[in-house]
Amino acid sequence: MNKMARRGERSLTDRKIMTRAIADSFRKLHPKAMAKNPVMFVVEVGAVLTTVQLIWNAFHHGGGVGFGFQITVWLWFTVLFANFAEAMAEGRGKAQAETLRKARTETPARRLLKDGSTEAVVSTALRAGDLVLVSAGEFIPGDGEVVEGVASVDESAITGESAPVIREAGGDRSAVTGGTRVLSDEIRVQITSNPGETFLDRMIGLVEGASRKKTPNEIALNILLAGLTIIFLLAVVTLEPFAVYSGAPQNLFVLISLLVCLIPTTIGGLLSAIGIAGMDRLIRRNVIALSGRAVEAAGDVDVLLLDKTGTITLGNRQATAFFPCPGVEEVELARTAQLASLADETPEGRSIVVLAKERYGLRGQELAQHNPTFIPFSAQTRMSGVDLDALQIRKGAPDAISRHVAARGNPVPEAAQRAVRDISSEGGTPLLVAADGRLLGAVALTDIVKGGIHERFEQLRAMGIRTVMITGDNPLTAAFIARQAGVDDFLAEAKPEDKMALIRSEQAKGKLVAMTGDGTNDAPALAQADVGVAMNTGTQAAKEAGNMVDLDSNPTKLIEIVEIGKQLLITRGALTTFSVANDVAKYFAIIPAMFAAAFPQLEVLNVMHLASPESAVLSAVIFNALIIVALIPLALRGVRYRPVGAAALLKRNLLIYGLGGIIAPFIGIKLIDMLVTHLRIV
Amino acid sequence: MTASGWFQIALYLLVIFLIAKPVGIFLARVFNREKTFLDPFLRPVEKLVYRLCGVDETREMRWTEYAVAMLLFSGVSMALLYLIERTQKWLPLDPQKLPNVPPFLAFGTAASFTTNTNWQAYGGETTMSYLTQMAGLAYHNFASAAVGIVLAIVLIRGIARKETDKLGNFWVDVTRCLLWVLLPVCFVAALVLVSQGVIQNFHPYPSAQLISPHSVQATGANGKTTIRKITEQVIPEGPVASQEAIKEFGTNGGGFFNANSAHPFENPTPFSNLLEMVLIFAIPSGLTYTLGRMTGSQRHGWAVWAAMAFLFLAAVTTAYWAESQGNPLFHGVDQKASAIQPGGNMEGKEVRFGDADSVLFAAVTTDASCGAVNSMFDSYTPLGGMVPLVNIMLGEVVFGGVGAGLYGMLVFVILAVFIAGLMVGRTPEYLGKKIESYDVKMAMLAVLILTFTILGFSAISVVEPFGTASISNPGPHGLTQVLYAYTSSAGNNGSAFAGLEANTPWYNTSTAVAQLLGRFFMIIPILAIAGSLASKKIVPESSGTFPVTGALFSTLLVSTIVIVGALTFFPALSLGPILEHLMMLAGKMF
Repeated sequence: MNKMARRGERSLTDRKIMTRAIADSFRKLHPKAMAKNPVMFVVEVGAVLTTVQLIWNAFHHGGGVGFGFQITVWLWFTVLFANFAEAMAEGRGKAQAETLRKARTETPARRLLKDGSTEAVVSTALRAGDLVLVSAGEFIPGDGEVVEGVASVDESAITGESAPVIREAGGDRSAVTGGTRVLSDEIRVQITSNPGETFLDRMIGLVEGASRKKTPNEIALNILLAGLTIIFLLAVVTLEPFAVYSGAPQNLFVLISLLVCLIPTTIGGLLSAIGIAGMDRLIRRNVIALSGRAVEAAGDVDVLLLDKTGTITLGNRQATAFFPCPGVEEVELARTAQLASLADETPEGRSIVVLAKERYGLRGQELAQHNPTFIPFSAQTRMSGVDLDALQIRKGAPDAISRHVAARGNPVPEAAQRAVRDISSEGGTPLLVAADGRLLGAVALTDIVKGGIHERFEQLRAMGIRTVMITGDNPLTAAFIARQAGVDDFLAEAKPEDKMALIRSEQAKGKLVAMTGDGTNDAPALAQADVGVAMNTGTQAAKEAGNMVDLDSNPTKLIEIVEIGKQLLITRGALTTFSVANDVAKYFAIIPAMFAAAFPQLEVLNVMHLASPESAVLSAVIFNALIIVALIPLALRGVRYRPVGAAALLKRNLLIYGLGGIIAPFIGIKLIDMLVTHLRIV
Repeated sequence: MTASGWFQIALYLLVIFLIAKPVGIFLARVFNREKTFLDPFLRPVEKLVYRLCGVDETREMRWTEYAVAMLLFSGVSMALLYLIERTQKWLPLDPQKLPNVPPFLAFGTAASFTTNTNWQAYGGETTMSYLTQMAGLAYHNFASAAVGIVLAIVLIRGIARKETDKLGNFWVDVTRCLLWVLLPVCFVAALVLVSQGVIQNFHPYPSAQLISPHSVQATGANGKTTIRKITEQVIPEGPVASQEAIKEFGTNGGGFFNANSAHPFENPTPFSNLLEMVLIFAIPSGLTYTLGRMTGSQRHGWAVWAAMAFLFLAAVTTAYWAESQGNPLFHGVDQKASAIQPGGNMEGKEVRFGDADSVLFAAVTTDASCGAVNSMFDSYTPLGGMVPLVNIMLGEVVFGGVGAGLYGMLVFVILAVFIAGLMVGRTPEYLGKKIESYDVKMAMLAVLILTFTILGFSAISVVEPFGTASISNPGPHGLTQVLYAYTSSAGNNGSAFAGLEANTPWYNTSTAVAQLLGRFFMIIPILAIAGSLASKKIVPESSGTFPVTGALFSTLLVSTIVIVGALTFFPALSLGPILEHLMMLAGKMF
C-alpha cells in the first residue's frame, strides 16, 4: 500500500513531466510522427494549408489577417494539444524508466569457471548459461535462476518494495532479476538472458512506450476514425462545388475549420494517451504488462482461474479450534498440541503454537529441561511430534494417529471420530493429537476466507465474469470453501494438467481465461491462458510464459487487472462516442455562418445565436481544441468503472458521453462565442 | 392531417408488424433447407434445375467463391438485358414496332435493373417492347431481388455460424429464393392485382376518341408556331400485372409505364395501393425475424425491427406534416383536407390516393430501395421532398430493399456495436462475434462508397455544364434534383425526383456507374464481413455482454444511423431542401 501511494502521488501536474511534455508536443509535429495518427495528420495538413494561405494573403492583400490568423493559430493548437496529451501519458512512464535505468548500469560480476575458481567480468559480458557467484552486498549481474544457496535480496529497484525477499535454489522462488542486490548469504546464479534482453530492459522498454505497439482494438478504432475522417473530408470537399453552384463560394479558412471540427479530433488526439495511461495504471499497481494486447484481453476475460491459497483464503490453513476427547481438559490438549508443534516450521504448525498462546497464554518454555527429541514429519508415518523425558507426543492425520493409538491398545473415542467428521465436512482439515498413545483430541485447521472476497466475486458475477477456484484439496473441502467464498465453480485435487485442460475447454467455448501462477509447472497453463499473470517471486519459466508480471506477487490483483482492462476500453468508447456526438453542435455553428451572408434565411439554423459568422467559426474551432485539453485528465485517469451489468453500464455511459456529447458543445461554443465577442477578438 | 390518414398509416404498420413473423419463419425454413408446405410441388422442379445446370446442392461455398458466382450471374444477366434492348426491333412481341434502345440508355437501363435500382431514364410504354419488359426487365426484377435476399441470408449465416468458411451455395440459394419465395407470391399477387383492374395482355396500343378534344401550341423546328388539335389518345397496354407484383415484392420499382404506380393500370384502387405497399415491406420486415431466428436471438431481431419502425414513423410523420401544410405561397388554392376536398394538398398527387396514401407510399418506397412512386416528389413541398431523399441517404435501412435493407442495417449495427460497445468494458462483440479491425474496415468501406458516390457525382454535376444543363429548376431545388438522382442511383432506389433530364450521355453513364458502385462495392465488403464473422468463435453471452436487444439498443441503433447519415449529408441538404424551405417561407419559390 505504501508504494502504491508513493507511485500514485506523482500527480498529473508534476512540473518536470509537464515541461518535458510541452517540449515533446512540438517535437511530435514532425510529419513522420504525425502520419501514425490519421486524424491529427489531417489537422496538421489543414494547419499548414491555412498558414500558407495566411502568408500569401499577407503579401498580396496586406493586413486584414485577423480571422485567418486566429483560425490558423487554433488549428496549430489543436495539433499541439493532442501531442501534449500523448506526451503527458508517456511522461510518467519515461520518469519511471529513468529510475529503472539507474539499476541497469554496468556492474562487476564473478563468473564461475569449470575448475571452480571465479574470474572478474562486467555484467554486460555475461551470456545466457553462464554461472556467477553473488555474495552479500553485491548486485546480481543479470536475470537468472538460483542454482545453489539461499539469500535475502533487495528488489526495491524493481518492485519499489523495501522489505527484502528470500531467493533460494529449487522450488518456486528461484528467479532473480538483474540489478537487484543480495543482502545476506551467497548464491550461485545461472544467467538466463543475454544483455539487452533482460527483464529490466524489457520493463524499461515497456514503461517508456518505446516498444509500444498498437493493440488490436486500437487498430480497429483507428480504422473507424480514419473512415470517419474520409467521410467528412468528402462532405467538406464536395460542399465547395455545392456552395459555388448556390452562389456562395467559401474561403479556405472556413472550409478547413469545418473539416477539423467534424473529424473526430477529440478521440483521435487522445487515443494513444488512453492506451499509454492504461499501461501506466497497471505499472502503478506494480503490474508489468508485457504487451498492450494483454491489457485489452484483461477487459474481455470471461473466466478467472484463482488459486485458493493466497487469493481466496489467507495464505495457508490455520488452527482455529481444539476438540478435546471426553475427560481431557481443553488446556491440556492445547499444551500438548503446542509442544508437538514447537519444532514444526510449517505454517500449519506455527498456527497451532499461536492458537494455544492466544487461547491459554501457553508459551511452551518448559521444553528445554526435558531433553526434547523432535520427530519430523515423514511420508511413511504421516505424523510428527516430540519425545520428552518420558512422554511421547504425536500429532498427524486422523488415520495415522488412530493406528498409532490402537497399536498401544487404546480406544479411539466416538467423540473424536465425530469431531474429525465435523471438521472435514466444514471444509477444515482435522489433526489428532496423542500423548503416550492416548488420544487427547482433535485440532481443526481451517482455511480462512479473505475478508471482502465474497463481495468481490459478486461484483465479478455482475460483470459477467465466472470465477473458478483451483485447489489441491479434496472435493468436500473444496466445495465448502467455494460456497463460503462465493466462487462460481471449483476444481478440486487439481494437478497442473487439469488446469491446462480446464483452460483449453473454456477457450474452446469461446471464452477468455485469466489466471495467475508462479511455479514452473504453471508455465504451460500461463502461456495458454489469455491473460497469464506470473508472480515476480515465481520461477523464470513462469515469468516468461505469462504476459504480465505482478511485482508484488499478489494473486488477488488479477481482479484489479481485469478492472483496469475494462476501464481502458470504456474510456476509449466513451471518448469516441463523445467525439462523434459533438459534431451535431458544430454543424449548427458553422453551416449557418458559412451561408448566412448569401442566404440570410439560413440564420434560423443558428440556434445558438452566435454573434457573427466569424465568431461562430472561431468559437467552434476553439471549442474543438480546448475540449482535447479538458479531457486529458479523464483520458489519463480513465472513466470510473462500476461493477454492474453491461446494460446498466451502457445506459449510464450513453447518457453521459452520448447525450452529454451532443449537449456540451452547444453550451461550450456559446460561452466561447460570448467571450470572443466580448474581447472583440474578431 | 386527418384521422383517416393516420388510420391508414397505422393500419399499414400493423399489417407489416403482423406479417414479420410468418414471413420470417418461412424464409428461414427455405434457406435452412427445411421442410415447407410447398416442397411436394417444388422439390422436383428444384432437383431438375440442379441436374440441368450441374449444381451440387450439398456443396457450400466460401465467401470469395460466393462473390464470384454472384458477380458472374449479375454480369451475364446484365449483358443479356443489354443485348435484348439493342435488338428488340428484330425480336417478337413488339406490336408497337418500337426501335432498338439507344446504346447509352440501354447500358444505363441494364445496369439499373441488374442492380435492383430500376432507375428509368425512359418511358416504358414508348421505349420497351413487351418482350424487353418481360424477358429483360421483369427477369431482372426477380433475379436482382433474389441476389439481394440471398446476400442478407449469407450475412445472417456469417453471424450465426462459427469457425467455418462455408456460407452456403449461391446457385442453391438463388434457386430456392425464386422457386419458394418470389414466384409463388408474385403469381398470387398478380392475380389479386388483376382483380383490382391491373391489366395483363399483349395487345397493340388502342386509340380512343377524346370526349373533349383540345388544342396545343407547339413550336416547330423552323421556329414557326403551330396549333394542333388533339382528338384521340393512344392508350398503352401490355403484360402489366405480372411485372407489377415483382416490382413491389422485389423492391425493384421500375414501372411498366412512365407514371409508375400513379398510373391507373398499375395501381388502380386504394386496395391495390395498400397491397403494393405491403408487398414492398413484406420481405424486409420478415427478414428481421429471420435474423432473430437464425441467430437464436429473436429479441435482437425485434430490436432491429423496432429501430426500423421508429425511423419509418418519423419519416412518414414528417412528410405527412410537411405535405398537409401545403405551400404558403399559393393563395386562393384550397390545400386543407376537408369534407369537400378530402385529398388536402394535392399537388403532384393522384386523386385516388390523396396526401396520406401518397406520403405513405413515398416513405415506403424510399425506406425500401423500391423506387416505385404513386406521386411526384418534384411537386412536393421542400421538406416533404426531403424525406424521400433523406430516407435513401440513410442507406435505405428502414426495412430497406429486399435483403439490401437488412445487410445495410447490419453494417450500422456493426458500427453502433463498435462505437458504443467499448463502453461496457469489453472489446466490441455482436451476438458473440468479436468485431475486429477487418470487420470495421469492411463496414466503413460500405458506408464510404455510398457517400463517395452520392457526393462525388453530385458535386461534379452541379458545377460542370454537362451536369447543370439537365437541371430544370434553378437554385436549391435544382441542387436537390441532382442530389436525388445520385442518391437514388447509389442507393439502388431508382425513384426519380423528376424534373431532371436524365437521358443524356453524362447522366446515363454516371448514374449507371453510381448504381454499379452502390450495389457491388457494397455487396463485396458485406460478403467479406460474412466470411470473417463465420470464421470466428462465438463468445457465450453473459451479464457483461453488450446487449443487442431492448429499447436501449434500438435507440443506439437509430442514433447511429441518424448521426452518421445526417452528419454526412447535412451540408448538402442545408443548401438544397432546407434552404428551399426557408426561402419558401420567406416568399421565394423555384
